[in-house]
Parts: sequence; structure tokens; C-alpha cells
Amino acid sequence: MSEFSRLMRHVSAAPAAGLLGASAAPAAGPLEPASAAPATSLPEACADLPMHGAPARPARRDWLKAAGALTGLALAVGASGVVRRAEAAGQEEKKYGGDGMPHGTVDDPQVFVSIGKDGIVTIVAHRAEMGTGVRTGLPMVVADELEADWDRVRVVQAPGDEPRYGNQDTDGSRSTRHFFQPMRRVGAAARGMLEAAAARQWGVPVAEVAARNHEVVHEKSGRKLGYGELAEAAAALPVPAGDALRLKTPEQFRYIGKQGTRSVDIQDIVAGRTHFGIDTRLDGMLYASVARPAVLGGKVKAYKAEAALKVPGVVKVVELPAGPTPPVFAPLGGVAVIARDTWAALKGRQALEIEWDDGPNAGYDSVAFRKTLSEGASKPAKAVRDDGDAMKALEGAARRIQAEYYLPHLAHATMEPPAATARIADGKCEVWACVQSPYGTRENVAKHLGMDIAAVTVHQTLLGGGFGRKSKSDFAVEAALLSRAMDGQPVKVTWSREDDITNDYFHTVSVERLEAGFDAQGKAVAWLHRTAAPTIGSTFVADAQGQQPFELGMSALNIPFAIDNFRVESVPVPAHTRIGWFRSVSNIPHVFAVQSFVAEMAHELGRDPRDYLLELIGPPRRISPADLSDGWNYGESPAVYPLDTGRMRHVVELATREAGWGRKLAPGRGLGVAVCYNFVTYIATVVEVEVGKDGGIAVPQVHVAVDCGPQVHPDRVRAQTEGACIMGLSLAVRSEISFSKGRTEQTNFHQYEVARMPEAPREIHVHLVEHGFDVPLGGVGEPAVPPFAPALCNAIFAATGKRIRSLPIRDQLKA
Amino acid sequence: MVNLTINGKSQDVDAPDDMPLLWVIRDRLGMTGTKFGCGMALCGACTVHMDGQPIRSCITPVASAAGRKITTIEAVGEDEVGRAVQQAWTEIGVPQCGYCQSGQIMSATALIKSNPQPTDEDIDAAMSGNICRCGTYPRIRAAIKQAAGQGVAK
Repeated sequence: MSEFSRLMRHVSAAPAAGLLGASAAPAAGPLEPASAAPATSLPEACADLPMHGAPARPARRDWLKAAGALTGLALAVGASGVVRRAEAAGQEEKKYGGDGMPHGTVDDPQVFVSIGKDGIVTIVAHRAEMGTGVRTGLPMVVADELEADWDRVRVVQAPGDEPRYGNQDTDGSRSTRHFFQPMRRVGAAARGMLEAAAARQWGVPVAEVAARNHEVVHEKSGRKLGYGELAEAAAALPVPAGDALRLKTPEQFRYIGKQGTRSVDIQDIVAGRTHFGIDTRLDGMLYASVARPAVLGGKVKAYKAEAALKVPGVVKVVELPAGPTPPVFAPLGGVAVIARDTWAALKGRQALEIEWDDGPNAGYDSVAFRKTLSEGASKPAKAVRDDGDAMKALEGAARRIQAEYYLPHLAHATMEPPAATARIADGKCEVWACVQSPYGTRENVAKHLGMDIAAVTVHQTLLGGGFGRKSKSDFAVEAALLSRAMDGQPVKVTWSREDDITNDYFHTVSVERLEAGFDAQGKAVAWLHRTAAPTIGSTFVADAQGQQPFELGMSALNIPFAIDNFRVESVPVPAHTRIGWFRSVSNIPHVFAVQSFVAEMAHELGRDPRDYLLELIGPPRRISPADLSDGWNYGESPAVYPLDTGRMRHVVELATREAGWGRKLAPGRGLGVAVCYNFVTYIATVVEVEVGKDGGIAVPQVHVAVDCGPQVHPDRVRAQTEGACIMGLSLAVRSEISFSKGRTEQTNFHQYEVARMPEAPREIHVHLVEHGFDVPLGGVGEPAVPPFAPALCNAIFAATGKRIRSLPIRDQLKA
Repeated sequence: MVNLTINGKSQDVDAPDDMPLLWVIRDRLGMTGTKFGCGMALCGACTVHMDGQPIRSCITPVASAAGRKITTIEAVGEDEVGRAVQQAWTEIGVPQCGYCQSGQIMSATALIKSNPQPTDEDIDAAMSGNICRCGTYPRIRAAIKQAAGQGVAK
């Protein structure tokens, strides 16, 4: 049994178990089979104390509103997929960072920290763990400021409850960025309370005592009290006000910024004891498999359940109503088979006879749609950035080059497919799910069940990968609807891999057309980028067309090149499938096109690609994103996070230097570089490729320079960067989702290929730019994905002279 | 009724002959360390040992496991090589989300037990059936070398 679930169950056994913060530990239901080991004594070790009230900070779920008008409306889109017409823009003062997220941030130690009489410090992790290490990293920040001994820290996972914990939408590479300072304040406040309690007990001024490694000491008298001994008295004290907090100086950090592979889950992972969404087991639980329409907008015309019901173990067949248009985060509908185990459910589903009406997207065909995108990109479209007069400058240019790039749809293909369990009893619904947004899931489930949100509990499990897919809680709603169909009996819905790949919220498909003009001296005088891709907005607004500012603001608009005449156009195109955000989102196509094209410009001019890239970036300067676009800047303040071309230059220089740029390479080998600013982090990637005589690709080494500001958990920054390179390799070389007759042509990993061990880079060197903690934090989970593909393709060009403009590469270098 | 020996324990399981071992282990026996990933032996998340050999339990009918010795992730640490692999995984910080790692560890342990000093090519061959979407391959490779370097395999 995992530490995670054991602790959760302990706490539920004594929900009033109070400590410093009586209900810091979230309640939970049983998570384990009946054979689980008996609970040990955490609750008994806890003092029973009242808690102080924690003020909730209301905030609206309005991130897409910030993205601006889509179809002339301002939109507010929640994680539940509820689209509301927002009040006129500008009524409220613009909020940034964590404050700009629904329910903002919370920094009350009573909410996040509890200390037992045995000295065990329990810290609540309220963000979803999908592999980034956030379930370790944020509690580690609390523990550091608290001066807690990590060996005596336990981490429990919060259920979906944003009014209590602050925002829980775990996406956008922002958990650490938004909660680093609040978690520092949590730890420092709790430390202050322990120190005050000790000073009071000893009758000495609080200035004479200091918390140090799980105890408070009074140097003068040599007296010491452990945290467990102080917990009860400390809990009775007021929480220090914000201005009375003494945060540590960075030199005093114990854990923050230090090397080490610390993880609260690793021992359970290597022993198979973790609790993912697919692992929930409840007494009397049934298992469901759902046949969903393969085409977006499809419906069940008729079905026969007789054969399915004859499969041993099948209990019931239930039709789910067809999903809405737009699809939001609602289930797609279909026919569910509910059985005594997963295998029976899968076999029963195979035995269903279903007649489908494929609906309006039955003609979606990727070959034809590529032509649609390409034709759109060949004609003038609406300018979304227009510096100078690019069209005139192109006409007057001494030389012009143009190129068109294509990137297909991608499926997230998390190794754990979507899975959720629900049960309904006494008018309440409990859900266990591997979701990135437990509170958004709660809203979504409540809406679909017609229940008050207070009657819905969402227990957050670990996620076997997320990458943006599990921000969408359609699968959790399925579990709730099916539990209701079974009179509240627990039902687990497990998506098969085929379900996952067929019915994903796909990464968009795009054509990017770029054109540049040079004067007679070879100076770039004009830049024209036309981008054509279905928008994520189409998932929330029917027939939405044209990328939104938040999509364009991912490396199409906010390109800081020193080119006077700079125009970006957005081509409106429809979506014919569910479009969702995929790790790094629109940066993937935009960075691929922009960074490939810079290398093409360099080649046209006979320049070194690295030198030319640096020339286009220009001298170090700080540019407000508002000067490049509508100001969208990953939700961050343009003043706090200006686009700093000095930092961008530096990562290019660092990565190329470490990779030995300019060194002589063996035949068939080449180096390529790409840089981007994404999720307010600067990343440059240099790939060394070896192209075999047979056209096979190997990557002996990769050098990535990462400037994400200071790093809280450097080993996990490295791990995320390594993994992002391999995800970048997958999409560059292998992965493609294509559609024919409205449905995907890929169903499982034999067709939707991803990188495997033999083709993984032999070495990935991550170079972290050092900063003091006065520099604001950048994102880490996503930023290293986009530059990999253009760096690889630039390296292939250097090695072979062949320019790849269409992904994936697959066999393009063969024959 | 099928008699299975899993992690040294013999037990009778009431399951249809064609039910994959994976679902018997997970749903009937309640051992959830072995993961479902694809159902077609394409990703390796469901890897267990049968008589010491790594197999994909998602396509292995339970009937064919009768009378064979099955080892799952829950018991791999009882083996000296398995323990060394777990330790290397921990020290190098291999896992990210962790979902595929049960299968990775089972494949890696089987590799080192049959080939105590695997080369890069041996690692490629033995591990190519295990997908990690988080991209932990470089650390898996390093951890296999570290575990093999302990010299515990005989």
C-alpha cells in the first residue's frame, strides 16, 4: 500500500485529527483492497485542536477570457469546459500569475501544514503529480522554510477544493512558478508559530530562539523543544501576518535549489505500490468499457446488446447520451458495458452491435485538410501583428525566400490511459481520477449529475502522464454517469489504448508559411508568417476559427527579431475533431517553423546558422510582450516577465558552446540549433545527428541550455528537460495522427509510434543557467519540447543538405 | 479454475481460460503494480516474469500461466538483482510519472539476470518493447548499467 493512500486513509479515520491546522489533511475514502495492511498510528499521534478560519480568495475561472475575443465575444472558459459570456473586458484590474487564476493562491499554514505530537509534519500537496515532481517540490519548499527534517515529513494529496487550497489547474508549467512564494510563506508562518510557542514556554523574547532542523533552540540557555512537543501550543497562536513573516535568505535554504533525486513517491513506484487513476479498487466495484463515436459529433443510431449481455461477467449495457456541440469537456456518449472485471467489459463491448450516425465530420480527411490549410496560408489573411509594412518591404526586397511547414495532429498517449472511478451514495458523489484539474473535475461532474458542487468530492490520484490530456475530465463524468446508472454502485471506467488514441483532445494540425525579404546587403527587411491551424477555442465555441491570442502568443507573435517590417497573419480554418492543449501547445508548430526558417535564411545568405540566429535576436534588450502582441504572456505580467533578448542570446551561446559548435564532424553528422521563449523560460537546444547511409537517424548527443530563472528542484528540471527532448524526438521522427472518413487512422502504438529506447539520444546534457532567487521563476514542464524538432531538422540539413519541412520525418531521408 | 503461482504463492483463481493474466492479477487478485498500457504487447507496461522470462501479461491467457512461476513488480525486490535494479532506479531518479516503471524494472531485471553485463546494444534490444512517454530512457540506460555494475547477477 502506498504511503500516499495510507496517510490519506489514516486521516480519514480521524477527520478531526488536528495539528497545527486541524483539517490540513484532506479526508478520503478507502483507496485500497480489503487485504491492505492495517493502518498505523498517525491519527493517534495528533493533537486535537481547532483550526483558524482561512479566508478564501474568490477569483474567476477566466484564462481564456484573458486570451481575448474569439468570435467577437469575450469568453470565460473553465476547466469544466463551461463557457460563459464574460463581463465586458476591463471591468476588473488585470491580475497576473497565480492571482490571475481561478481561486488564486492560498498561503495559510493552517490549510497546508499539520504537526503530530510525534513530530511528524504532514504537508498537503494540492497540485496534480503527473511526473514533474511537483508533489515533492512544493512540499519541499514548505519544509525548507519550516526548518523541517525531510525524513519526518509526510505528504498528503488534496482533493479538488480550490476555495480552500487555491488554484489546482495543473497545466501551463506554472505550479512552482505560482506557488513557490505562497508555499514559502506557509512554511515561514508555521515556523514563526513554533518559535513563538517555544519563546512563550521559556519566557524569553522570540528573537532569542530559532527553529533549526525540526526543533526550536534557545542558544543562550541551551534549551531545545521538538516540533512535536510544540505543535499543540503553536496551533493556538495566531498565524503571523504577511509583513511579520521572516522568509529565509537563499543561503539558508536546506532543500530548495539543492541537488538530489528526492521524491516522495519513488519508493512506491519502484515497488509497484502507487495509486494511479486506473488502480482504484472499492468494495462492490464494477468495471466499464465504453464504445464511443469514432467521429466527432457522431451518435448511436441503434444498437443491440443481446450478445454483449451473454458474455460471462457482463452486468448491464447502458447508452450514454451523445455529447454536445461544442464538445467542451463532456463525455462523447456511446454505449457502455458494465461488468464484473475489465476483461468481461472489454469482451462485452466487442460483442455490441452498434449502428452509428457519423454526423457532420464524417468527411474529415487529413490529406484533403492539408490542402485546405495550405491554400489558406497562400492567401492574405488577417494580420495579428503588423510592424512597418511587410508586404511593401517584400515587394521591394532584393531577395526573397519562402517555405511552408506542416505538422500533423498528435495524440497525448499518456502511458496510463484515462481512467476514473465514481460512486454515489446518500446524495453524494465521490470520484477518484487521474485528472490535472481536480476542482474543475468536481465542477464538471456536479454539472452533469445536476448536483450541488458541495455534494461532489474528487480524490486526486497520481497521473500516469498528463501532457494536457487529463486537464479534460470527460472520463470522470463518464464514471459518475455510469455509477448513477447502477444506482450508485462504484464503477470504474478504463479507456483502452484504442479509446485513448481514437478519442483524444488532439494537438492541432497546422501549416505554417513563412516568407522573408532581404535588401541588397543581405539584411533581413521583411518577415511574413501565415499560420493556419484549428484552434483550441473550437472545443469551447462551436465553429470557432482562427487561433486565439494565447495560441498566437506562443512563438508566432512574440518573436523578438530585429526586422523592421514584421507581419503575422492568422488564417481561419475549421476544426473537425476535439482540439486540446498538448505539452507546449502552439509553440510546437510555431517554433518548428520559425526556427527552421531562420536556418533557411542563414543558408540563403551563406551564413552560419548560430551566428545568424544571434544576429536576428539582436542586442540584449527587454521587450514588453505588449509591444509584440496583445500582451498575452503566459498569464504573467509583461513588466515582471519582459521578453529578455539577452537571456535568449545567452542560452543560444551556452548550448552551442557546450555542444562544440563549429567543430569538425564525421561525414553524415551535423549540428543544429533552435531557441524559443515559452512558458516564460528561455531554452536553446543543440542536436547532433548522425544520418546513416540508409537514411536512419541517430542522435549521439543533445545539449540544452535552460534559463527558467532559479531552480527549486534542479534534478527534476533536468529530468523534465530530458523527457521533453524525447517527446520532441517522438513528434519529430515518428508520431502522426491522421484522419480518414472522420476517424483516426491510428489506434494503438503499432500505428501511433513514439520514441523507444534504441532511438533515444545517447546523451542529453542539460545546462541550467544560474540565477539568484530575486529573478522570477519560469516554467519547466513544457518548454524544452518545441526546440527539439527544428534543432534536429537543422542538424539533418547540416549533415545531408536535405531540408525537412513536414513532420514526422519517418522515411523522408530514405531512398 | 486455474492454479497460479504468483510471487511464490499458489492459488486457485476462477477466471475464463482466455482472460489475460494482466486482468487476473489486477482485477481478481487486486495487485495493481502491473499496469495496463496497450493490450497488444506493444508498450511493455504489463511486463511480468514467467519462469524468469519477461512476458507481456496483457496478451498472455491465464490458462497458459498455469503451473508456471509468475513474478510481479510487488515481489521483484525479493530477488537480489531486482533489488539492485530498484536501488539504481532510486539513486538515479529514473521515474517521472512512474506508470511504465513497473514494466521497465521487470524487463531490466530479466535482462541483467540473463546477461549480467549488458552492452548498449543489449539494452536497446531488451528494452525496446517498453515505452516511456515521459522519456526516461537515458536514465533507464544509466540505471541498468549501474545495477549491472553491482555484479549481483550470477
